[in-house]
Amino acid sequence: MAGLNIEILTPFGKIYTDEIKSCIIPGMLGQFQVLKDHASLLAAVDIGMITIEEKNGKKITLATSGGYCEVENNKIKLIVESAEKADKINIERAKDAKTRAEERLCSKQSGLDSDRAKVALARALNRLKIAGLKI
Amino acid sequence: MATLREIRNRIGSIESTQQITKAMKMVSSAKLRKAQDRILALRPYAYELRNVIRHLVALIEDVSSLPLIRKRPVNKALIVVVTSDRGLCGAFNSNIIRTVIKRLNEYSQTDTSLYIIGRKGYEYFSRRDKHIEKYKPEVFQDICFDNAARIARDLVSLYLNGGYDRIEIVYNEFKSAIQQNVIHEQFLPFEPEEESEEGASESVSKVDFLYEPDKATLVNQLIPKNLNIQFWRILLESNAAEQGARMTAMESATDNAEELIHQLTIYYNRTRQAAITKELSEIVGGANALKES
Repeated sequence: MAGLNIEILTPFGKIYTDEIKSCIIPGMLGQFQVLKDHASLLAAVDIGMITIEEKNGKKITLATSGGYCEVENNKIKLIVESAEKADKINIERAKDAKTRAEERLCSKQSGLDSDRAKVALARALNRLKIAGLKI
Repeated sequence: MATLREIRNRIGSIESTQQITKAMKMVSSAKLRKAQDRILALRPYAYELRNVIRHLVALIEDVSSLPLIRKRPVNKALIVVVTSDRGLCGAFNSNIIRTVIKRLNEYSQTDTSLYIIGRKGYEYFSRRDKHIEKYKPEVFQDICFDNAARIARDLVSLYLNGGYDRIEIVYNEFKSAIQQNVIHEQFLPFEPEEESEEGASESVSKVDFLYEPDKATLVNQLIPKNLNIQFWRILLESNAAEQGARMTAMESATDNAEELIHQLTIYYNRTRQAAITKELSEIVGGANALKES
């Protein structure tokens, strides 16, 4: 373990694992970058964009729906609900989700449902944004 | 002694049973593959999430502010019984039921209720004198995360407002296509102490971690999420285990049918040969009798 290693776990399996240069993570309290020899950290991850810089300098962008991130001994563990590479995002589905969430918000229900719709809308918008970046 | 036609009919009926068991085996092995992929993909995520919580909870000195972790004296307990909706899967359900009964006997002093998932468990316990808090059939028809999360939320509210002081789950864990383990696990209150096998020394090094946001907020967010994920894992485990158990059961049924057919065919041929021999000796005997006269 010479360099910085990353492991991205989602309920649908291990999405990505490799040795990398750096990783930019959308934390709940703001975006942060993890480089080699970063201090040990446990952070909540928000809906947003993860940018990984691979060893050869290539950048990978992933859309995430939030979760947790643990950094220890040059190993990043991202435990997130989803992580999709920009070119693998299902745009149709994200659009559908967006319309559905908007409809639900417009119908003016309060409480839990509207909170969930807001989160769903944020997820959909995030996916669309990131998918749009890379086309 | 059975007549030739009777034996033939029997062979025929066994053959058609064998065709059914063979088809069921194929169906469940196809379903098994899918179920297996899902559980194997989820497991690392679920375990890792649980480790994060263990690590956090171990650092929080005052647990009493966290109602899902704080222990209460157990006056009422709830056992969640995860069985299948359909039968023909070997000892899958009876193993679960046996474990639950054992647990009920240990709990004879405590007021214990059951929360049953799957029709087979309900069929058994509804005839026994046991209080069933809730019964959820057909969860496995279409397992999705939302359903699992709904049940997990239901369990949490039973724990917080329903008067239950302890919730346990009994389910089958998927080990391999031919092996299932019955797991008996405490769901609530959440048990952080159960250190994973490898990580006894791990917890010491976690002192100088940075936390973002602070520990208490993290824990409060993580625990409900973790319960949903753990429950989903349990459903997927049970589903994969069920398909595995059914596949094995149907395979051995097919093999048994094969063996039975083999034995019956031998018996059939013997009987047929015996009849021919008998007929021949009668003809020969008759001919000899004619010659002598």
